Amino acid sequence: MSVIGLIRMGDNALVLGQRLSEWCGHAPALEEDIALANIALDLIGQTQLWLGLAAMRDGSGQTADTLAYTRDAWDFRNLLLVEQPNRDFGVTMMRQFLFDSWHFEALSALTTHADTDISAIAQKSLKEVTYHRERSTDTVIALGDGTDESRVRMQSALDRLWPYMGEMFTQDADDLTDMTLLRTAFDAHVMPALDTATLTPPDSTFAHQGGKNGTRHSEHLGHMLAVMQSLPRSYPDATW
Amino acid sequence: MVTTRPSVQDVWSWLADVPDPEIPVISLVDLGIIRNVTWQGDTLEVTVTPTYSGCPATSVINFEIDAALRGHGIENLSLKRQIAPPWTTDWLSDAGKTKLEAYGISPPNPAGGPQHCPHCKSSAVEKISQFGSTPCKAQWRCTECLEPFDYFKCI
Repeated sequence: MSVIGLIRMGDNALVLGQRLSEWCGHAPALEEDIALANIALDLIGQTQLWLGLAAMRDGSGQTADTLAYTRDAWDFRNLLLVEQPNRDFGVTMMRQFLFDSWHFEALSALTTHADTDISAIAQKSLKEVTYHRERSTDTVIALGDGTDESRVRMQSALDRLWPYMGEMFTQDADDLTDMTLLRTAFDAHVMPALDTATLTPPDSTFAHQGGKNGTRHSEHLGHMLAVMQSLPRSYPDATW
Repeated sequence: MVTTRPSVQDVWSWLADVPDPEIPVISLVDLGIIRNVTWQGDTLEVTVTPTYSGCPATSVINFEIDAALRGHGIENLSLKRQIAPPWTTDWLSDAGKTKLEAYGISPPNPAGGPQHCPHCKSSAVEKISQFGSTPCKAQWRCTECLEPFDYFKCI
């Protein structure tokens, strides 16, 4: 079995977990700071499960840590969406809402995967992600249907991130489940929420691609990894 | 040679005395994360399930279990991590729920929020944040006595 599908799930959680960690100490309110750090923590925990399983299956002596800290950008298999920079709080929450909505459907499908290690991780993660999706949905609605300023920022966040949505539903032989089948349920959650948030989805189906197959990551990933990997790369023998 | 292997029941009662590192008012058994205790030959195997996949208390919990059981003379100990079925607050014991409430943490409620304020018992409560000081808690406040309190998230 190819471990790329496992690495994709792990890298999505890792890269978004690292991005959210960048907010720690900087969020607009203490409660938001705590919430983003908690979600980051859940995602890093899920990363350990996915990359841990990938390392075990791969059998070449890797661990979750070596996969996270010693691969270069072109070896990462995360979606382009999750490596996009935080920018303002609106972009961060819109990115979270779109990812959570996809993540929820992907994990739901994987709970019945024939491989019991995969279904176990999916069942565990789904409980956490259900909570993430609830919060990001509420926040997108509150900010979209909020003040003039917050509405403008949320619409601009949606316009900016929309072209990164299509990649989530592309499919190849390495994926753990048929991602094309997730779109209907994704739309059934996302579209009414955007409507309630008084936001208008852009009229375009253009999709940036190249993250999950590693062929064309955005320039942002390398910068993020430089920070994330600096300690273990500088001091390979460091232990906690 | 006479074997002095303690019974599984004894081990469970020892574990019931090990406090959760972050919420010391309840034990690891109250929390429902000890899933099994069994002897595999001369080795005691304790199966533990994490509450949240990224909970930083997990490694401390394993350390506490190890220290407690070695303190009771267990020499060959194996801690097994099990993630399926995933931990649920349904596994929190009734005694644990009562202890949480007495400690000022509102216990998980399947209806989706605290039943009442753990301090004054008023049902006039509102959510401050879906997240709190640990992954398992959210922040609420009572609009009657005005005290903020932790709510143990129901998952």
